[in-house]
Amino acid sequence: MNCNHACSTDNWAEVKATAGRVLGEDLVAFIEQCRAEGNPHSQLIAVLHRVQGKFGYLGKSQLDAVAQLLQVPAAKVSGVASFYHLFRLQPRGKFIINLCLGTACYVKGADRLAEKLSDELGIRFGETTGDGMFTLEGARCLGACSLAPVMVVNNDMHGAVTPDQIPIILDQYIRKAKQQVEEKPAAQS
Amino acid sequence: MKQQVWDVLQTIRDKCEQVVREQNTGHRIFIQVGSATCENAAGAVAVADEFRKHIAASGRDDIVLRRTGCTGRCSREPIVSVYRPGVMPVKYEKVTRELVHGIFTKHVLKGEPLLDHVLDGTIAAMSRFEILNCGSLRCGWKGEKICGGPMANQLRAMGVEPDECRVISASCFGACSAEMAGKHTHILVRPQNVLYRLETLADLEEVVQEHIRGGRIVERLRVHDEPVSQDFFELYGEVAFFNRQTRIALRHNGIIDPESIEEYVHYRGFEALAKVLSQGDPQWVIDEVTKSKLRGRGGGGFPTGQKWALAVKSPERVRYIICNADEGDPGAFMDRSMLESDPFNVIEGMIIGAFAIGAHQGFVYVRAEYPLAVERVDNTIRKCREWGLLGKDILRSGFDFDIEIRLGAGAFVCGEETALIHSIEGERGQPRIRPPYPTEVGLWGKPTVINNVETFANVPAVIIYGADWFSHIGSQASGGTKVFALAGKVNHTGLVEVPIGITLREVVMEIGGGCTGGKAVKAVQTGGPAGGCIPAGMLDLRVDFDTLNRAGSIMGSGGMIVLDEDDCMVDIAKFFTAFSEDESCGKCTPCREGTKRMMEILERITTGKADEEDLNKLERLAKLIRRSSLCGLGRAAPNPVLSTLTHFRDEYLAHVRDKRCPAKKCTALLHFEIDKEKCVGCTACARNCPVECISGNRREPHVIDQARCIKCGRCFQVCRFDAVLKL
Repeated sequence: MNCNHACSTDNWAEVKATAGRVLGEDLVAFIEQCRAEGNPHSQLIAVLHRVQGKFGYLGKSQLDAVAQLLQVPAAKVSGVASFYHLFRLQPRGKFIINLCLGTACYVKGADRLAEKLSDELGIRFGETTGDGMFTLEGARCLGACSLAPVMVVNNDMHGAVTPDQIPIILDQYIRKAKQQVEEKPAAQS
Repeated sequence: MKQQVWDVLQTIRDKCEQVVREQNTGHRIFIQVGSATCENAAGAVAVADEFRKHIAASGRDDIVLRRTGCTGRCSREPIVSVYRPGVMPVKYEKVTRELVHGIFTKHVLKGEPLLDHVLDGTIAAMSRFEILNCGSLRCGWKGEKICGGPMANQLRAMGVEPDECRVISASCFGACSAEMAGKHTHILVRPQNVLYRLETLADLEEVVQEHIRGGRIVERLRVHDEPVSQDFFELYGEVAFFNRQTRIALRHNGIIDPESIEEYVHYRGFEALAKVLSQGDPQWVIDEVTKSKLRGRGGGGFPTGQKWALAVKSPERVRYIICNADEGDPGAFMDRSMLESDPFNVIEGMIIGAFAIGAHQGFVYVRAEYPLAVERVDNTIRKCREWGLLGKDILRSGFDFDIEIRLGAGAFVCGEETALIHSIEGERGQPRIRPPYPTEVGLWGKPTVINNVETFANVPAVIIYGADWFSHIGSQASGGTKVFALAGKVNHTGLVEVPIGITLREVVMEIGGGCTGGKAVKAVQTGGPAGGCIPAGMLDLRVDFDTLNRAGSIMGSGGMIVLDEDDCMVDIAKFFTAFSEDESCGKCTPCREGTKRMMEILERITTGKADEEDLNKLERLAKLIRRSSLCGLGRAAPNPVLSTLTHFRDEYLAHVRDKRCPAKKCTALLHFEIDKEKCVGCTACARNCPVECISGNRREPHVIDQARCIKCGRCFQVCRFDAVLKL
C-alpha cells in the first residue's frame, strides 16, 4: 500500500538517487528488477557479479549502494563479497592473469610458471603492478586440464605454457595496450 | 492425455526434422569443428574462421561448416572432421590455421585425405569399408567366437584385403537385450553405418559377399533399433581412445551442435521426457531410476532414485530441484564438457527429475569460471521455453516447471549441498549440520533434491533404453558408466566414459596409453582434494564407489590424475592440503585449524625439519579432522595425507630420516652440482643463475657455491649437456 502523505520517513527516492550516482542507471534498473521477483535477497551474488563486471572490483561505496537498494544489511553484503574468491575489493590491473594452480597444472610445472610470472612482473599473487597493467591471480582449476599448464589473461586462454614463453606472452599484452593508447587519439582526430 | 503428449512431441519433431533435412539436402560435404572452452583455447575459433573463408572463396554451396561441442580428446585438439558422401569420415588432430588450406584444397575439394595428420597417428591408406566388431563386455560373445579366431584373419581368409575392409574391435555397443545376450554378436559396417546381428560364420560370409563385395545391404541380418552409442561409433569408431569407451552421458558429445535444439531432437531428444509425461506417474519414474542402480555422480554416490523418493515423502508441496554444476575439484572437467557440448540432455534429465519429485522450480548452480557453459545453458533454457518444453503446461501434459541459472563466485565448499543452498539464497556459502537433509529441509526450508550434472545426463538414457539395460552396464552395486577426466602425466588426456567396475589399468594404460615419456606410473590420484592416491601396484582395482573407498580414496567427481616417478607423494599431499586449507570456509574448528596444522607439519617434512614423531602426529591429526569436521570438505580433507601415508610411507620416511626426497622434487632437500667431466664451460648456467653463485671461465668446468645457492633449479633447466646434477 502506498503512503498517501508526503511521509518524511520514506526516503526511498533519495536512497535510489544516491545509489544511482554510485552504480549508474543500468544497475539500479537490474536491482529493481530483482526486487520485483520472489526472494530478492537471493540475487545478491548475481548483483555483485554485475557490479564487478562494470567497475572491475567492488568498492566500499558500491557495496553500500547495493545494500541500500537491495535492502540487505551492509555487513551481510561485505560478508558475502569477502567470502567468495571471485569478488575483488581492490581495483585491478588492465590485464588479469589467472594462472591455474589445479592438480594437473601443478604436476606439469605450474609452480615454475608462478615463479617466472612473479619474477617478470615483480609482484606476488593477488597484487597489481605499479603501472596498473597486470594483476596476478591464481585459479583453483580452469577445467582445461588437458592443456596443462594453463593461464588465462582476461579472456584468452594460453595452454601448455613454458616459463620461457612468459615474457613473450606478457609482451603481447603490453604491445596491445600501447596500440590501444595510440589508436584512441587517432580516432578522435 | 497420453496421446496428446506424443502428438505435441511429434509436431516438434516434424519441425526439427524439416530444419535438419534442409541443412543436409543440397549439401554433400561437412566440415565439423569442435567448440568448447578447451577446443577454443587450442585454437578452434581461428581454424573455423579459416574454413569459413575457404568455403566462401571456393564459391561452393555444397560444403557446410558445422559446430559441435568437444569429444573429450583434449590433448589432440582442435579436432576437425571431414565427411564426404559415401566414404569414411576422417578426423584430423591438432589442426592449425596453416593446415586448413591443405585439408580444404586436397581433402575437401579433391577427396585426398592428408594421412599424416589423421587423429591418433598416420594410416597407410583409407580402406573402403570398416567393420567395427562389438567387444561384448556384457555377454562375452565376441566376433572371435563365430570366426574361431580374430575376425581380421577370417576376412583375410575370405579374400578381403585390409585396404578394402579394415576390422576394428570396439567396446560393447549395448545392442543386445538380456534375453539375446550370448547368442549373437554385432558388427557395424561403415561408411554405410549398417548394424548387423550375426549368429554364425555363414552370416559373416553373407555380409562380406553382399555388402562388401556387392554393395547391397543384407536386410535379413540388419538390426533396426539403434543402440545408445551407435551415433558415436559411426563417427569416432576407428579411434582406439574412443572405441574402448561406453558413451552414455557423453553420447552426443562431438556429434551434435550444442546450441541447436533441432539437432538434439533429431537424436531422440525429449523422447524420454515425452515417455515420462505421457505415463503421468512420478512413482514409475522413481522406480525406474531406482532399478537402474544409478548413483549420484558428484562424489557421494548416493542412489539417485532413493534421494528422489525421500523428497517425495515430505508432506510439503513446494519442492525444488537443483543441478549442481559447481565443478570445483581441480582436475575434473566433465561437467563443463557436458554443459558445453550437450546441454539439452542435462536439462531434459532435470525436467524428468522435477516431474518425479513434483518440483515446479529448478536451479542450475554453475561456476562463474565457466562462461561458455553458462552461455550454452542459458541458450538451452531459452530455447526450451520457446518450444514449450519449459514453463507452463510442458508438452501439454499439465506439468509446470521452469529453471533459473545461479552463478557461483569461486568457493569450492559450495559443492557441498547445504553450502550450495546457502549460496543460492544469496548468503555466504557455508555448510550446516545434517540432518535434516536437504530432501527434507532445503532451499528456503523446502524439500530440495540436488543432483550432479552427470547424474542428470544419464537420466534420459535410463528412461529411453530402460532400467534393466542401464543396470546391466556397470557393477553389481552401481549401474551405468562413469566419466573420468584423465589428466596429468598420461599420454592421452581427455574424457573417458567407461562402465563402472572396469579396472584402473584399463583406463590408464589402455585408453590413456600409459605415462608420457615411457616412464612408469607411480600412482593415480582420484577424487580431487577429497580423494587419495592409489599406488601403481593396485592398478587392477575395479573402479567403483565402494572399492575406491576401501583403498583410501573416493570416486569423487571423477578426476583422475596420473603421477609418475618424478612426482613426490609428500609434495602431492601437501598440494592438496594447501588447497583444503585455503578453501576451508572457517565455520568449524577441526577443518579450519586442523588443515593449517597439517600443512605446517608437511612443510616441515618437505624442508627436512621433521622427525619420525611428526609422522605419527600427522596421522593422529588427520584422523581427528576426518572424525570431527562439520561437512564433507573437512571430513575428506585428510584423505590425500592418509592415503599417501598408507601406501607411500617409505617416501615419508626418506624425507624425515634421511632428509632425502626420492622423487627429487622437494628442492630444500636437494643440492645441485656440476659434473666436471660433462661441463664444457658454455656459461649458460652462470648467465642464468639469479644469485650469481656459479663461477668458472669460458670453456672450463664451472662450480656452484653451495653456500649461496638458493636451489632454484634454473641451472639444471638450462644446461644442454646434462652436466648439472640434481642430488
